Amino acid sequence: MNAPAPQHSNTSAPAGEAFVWFTGVGLLFGLGMVVLLVGVILTQGLAVFGSPEVVRVELKDGRVLLGPLAQNRLKPGTPPAEGKMERQYQVGLREVNGQSYQWVDESIIKSESTPPSVMALERMENGAAFVLPQELKMSNGQKIAATDPAFTQTLQREVTAAEALREKISSIERGKIGSVNSDMQSAKIALRKAEDRKGDVAAAKAELEALEKSYQALAAEARQLRATDAGGVLSAKDGAGRAIEIPVSSVVRFWQPNAMSWWDKFTLALSRGWDFVSTDPREANTEGGLLPALFGTFVMTVFMSALVTPFGVIAAIYLREYAKQGTVLRLVRISVNNLAGVPSIVFGVFGLGFFVYVVGGSIDQLFFADQLRYNNNTPVFGTGGLLWASLTLALMTLPVVIVATEEALVAVPRGAREASLACGASKWQTIRNVVLPASAPGILTGVILAMARGAGEVAPLMIVGVVKLAPTLPLDGSFPFLHADRKFMHLGFHIYDLGFQSPDSDAAKPMVFASTLLLLALVVFLNLGAITIRNRLRERYKTSTF
Amino acid sequence: MTVTPSRIQVKSSTPSDGRTDYIHIKDYGFWYGEKKALDAITLTIPERQVTAFIGPSGCGKSTLLRNLNRMNDLVDHVRHEGDITVDGRSIYDPTVEVISLRRRIGMVFQKSNPFPKSIYENVVYSLRIAGVSDRSVLDEVCESSLRRAALWTEVKDRLQDSALGLSGGQMQRLCIARAIANRPEILLMDEPCSALDPIATGKIEELIHELKTQFTIVIVTHSMQQAARVSDRTAFFYLGKLIETDLTEKIFMNPAQAQTEAYISGRFG
Ligand SMILES: Nc1ncnc2c1ncn2[C@@H]1O[C@H](COP(=O)(O)OP(=O)(O)OP(=O)(O)O)[C@@H](O)[C@H]1O
Ligand SMILES: [Mg+2]
Repeated sequence: MNAPAPQHSNTSAPAGEAFVWFTGVGLLFGLGMVVLLVGVILTQGLAVFGSPEVVRVELKDGRVLLGPLAQNRLKPGTPPAEGKMERQYQVGLREVNGQSYQWVDESIIKSESTPPSVMALERMENGAAFVLPQELKMSNGQKIAATDPAFTQTLQREVTAAEALREKISSIERGKIGSVNSDMQSAKIALRKAEDRKGDVAAAKAELEALEKSYQALAAEARQLRATDAGGVLSAKDGAGRAIEIPVSSVVRFWQPNAMSWWDKFTLALSRGWDFVSTDPREANTEGGLLPALFGTFVMTVFMSALVTPFGVIAAIYLREYAKQGTVLRLVRISVNNLAGVPSIVFGVFGLGFFVYVVGGSIDQLFFADQLRYNNNTPVFGTGGLLWASLTLALMTLPVVIVATEEALVAVPRGAREASLACGASKWQTIRNVVLPASAPGILTGVILAMARGAGEVAPLMIVGVVKLAPTLPLDGSFPFLHADRKFMHLGFHIYDLGFQSPDSDAAKPMVFASTLLLLALVVFLNLGAITIRNRLRERYKTSTF
Repeated sequence: MTVTPSRIQVKSSTPSDGRTDYIHIKDYGFWYGEKKALDAITLTIPERQVTAFIGPSGCGKSTLLRNLNRMNDLVDHVRHEGDITVDGRSIYDPTVEVISLRRRIGMVFQKSNPFPKSIYENVVYSLRIAGVSDRSVLDEVCESSLRRAALWTEVKDRLQDSALGLSGGQMQRLCIARAIANRPEILLMDEPCSALDPIATGKIEELIHELKTQFTIVIVTHSMQQAARVSDRTAFFYLGKLIETDLTEKIFMNPAQAQTEAYISGRFG
């Protein structure tokens, strides 16, 4: 019994060494992949906010391009040895060039230059523009030449004024007109109801007319504001020398990439990054900000965590603490674990079939019967929405929370439970006062995993409430403030939609990376929050040397 | 009084010093699954005295102790036979609630196990779960329990600090304070000093001396000296059986059984 022991340890030592290398290489491989992925997302995503040098490229066939270099690659179908390259330039000016990006063969490039006066513009429509400015026709009718030292200042002033006007109009159209519209909707329902039930039709009609009037007034106000746009126009030339007229009211911001310092580029990137997370999307989501998607993802994830945590913890407590351990329980446990392997789309279908149609449909029948009847059967809860999406994902991530909670519960030392029971505590008192606090960090680990999985999910969301473009946020100033029945936007779906459903995929690509980066940042942010809480709990409830 | 291991007179025998018997264990057997851990134990434990359980490791001392407050109910697949009565009532009486039984029987474990809460909350835990929320009552109990556990002067200025910041000996005394906070009738101690240095051990032994004026104490110990110092009566167990029980002086000076003498004199175990 004793004799073989030293021999055994001798032979296992070198084998152990080999395994150190083996495990090390495994870790290195895994880490390498992660670093690569995150690196690609970071560089490509952040590049969206950069302001690269704009080059003027003259080609041998007489064409001239003006725009930053986007890609440089080996010409497809040519042997690498020949080294035939082709380049992609972001030429912008979609209304003139047709496409925002153009490929050119490196061999037909005649000359390149970087004109310092070139101006990059972010516009409300038709994407970016790279032009050589000539003169600005100001709102007061005066003109100022691009060579004038006050030119950029003046242009900035005009752009700011146009932006203020735009905001004013949008606040009328989206805020006031939006709320009048929803009032009109309810008024129409009331009218139909009154007609149907021989109610006070006249009063309902009068109310609808009053609303109609205020709608007309607001629309007129917006029209009038539009008309006050003084029509400042920036005249410029594109690379080939064609004259381009850009209305100042369509300019979001402009900069001169070839004449900017490092610091200017940095502050510009910051301000564009801020706009990205704080404004609404434009141009079929390929431009502008991501606020609705960011907010939707955040609210949905928080909702989901708030739903999955109590359910998962309660289920795990029953399984681990109260249920009789035996074959049946083992079967239940295996089923729960396997639930984690069900494809998420199946959960989506279940969510649609059960939550949306059965539960939501019943809610509509019970509480919104009038709405259904007098509003062309438009469902309220009987259609995808924030609540159902959160519930579906909560169901999907339930196994993660249950398993993590069960692990945490078993890990609570027996001494702690016995100490409580010996004091005369009941089982539930012991669970509440001793077991749950001690297992809280482990439970939070489960919630963190669930959150990360839920936040990045796309497939089930597409059918239970996520849309490409939601007109309103799920949270706003009108009662009851949080509208759990509303459809919402989601970063994961946004990425899918941009990457695979856009007509101009080249133009959408930077946004895909930027959205991915944002989603990643959101998940990291949520996880950091949960981890901070977990560490606090750990510190607070760290068990002594039992 | 000489006791034979297999048979013992149970019915209200009056111990030599005139105190009444309090706990009766009668023909008690206990199984962990298929393994029999206790075999036909018959033993009486007198009121307001210290009874020590001694015996080699694995002989069932802890098992018996943990059965007195039904702590072993928590273990899966256990079974018992015979009966244990406390103050005349069977602890297995269906009308006796385990919770109220445990309130009457405090327990101190071998490894100190304070809750990860403040010192104050540790001491008043049993009152809190019993629904006491009157601050003055809690304060009063906290102070008196800590005083009796000889811990008050050391912690009175840091009652709201975490109990996990205490030293091992302090933690064990805190556990004693917690166990006596709701004034149980019986205090069970399973090797309370096994992790402590001689000074802390001395303090706890002093404490046991003091506590026995109010509580019936059962202590499991591996230290013969400790058993001799603190206990009035001693019970010697071997392989799940009670070999001998008597006044402590008797057991140590003049044991009736050869096995007892062999164990006490260190010849086996
Ligand atoms: N939870 C359990 N499950 C199964 N067997 C157990 C369990 N607890 C104790 N036993 C067994 O019961 C017997 C008595 O154990 P017990 O803990 O009562 O011994 P002890 O006298 O307290 O020993 P020690 O002095 O080492 O603490 C031992 O053989 C032990 O292996
Ligand atoms: Mg023991």
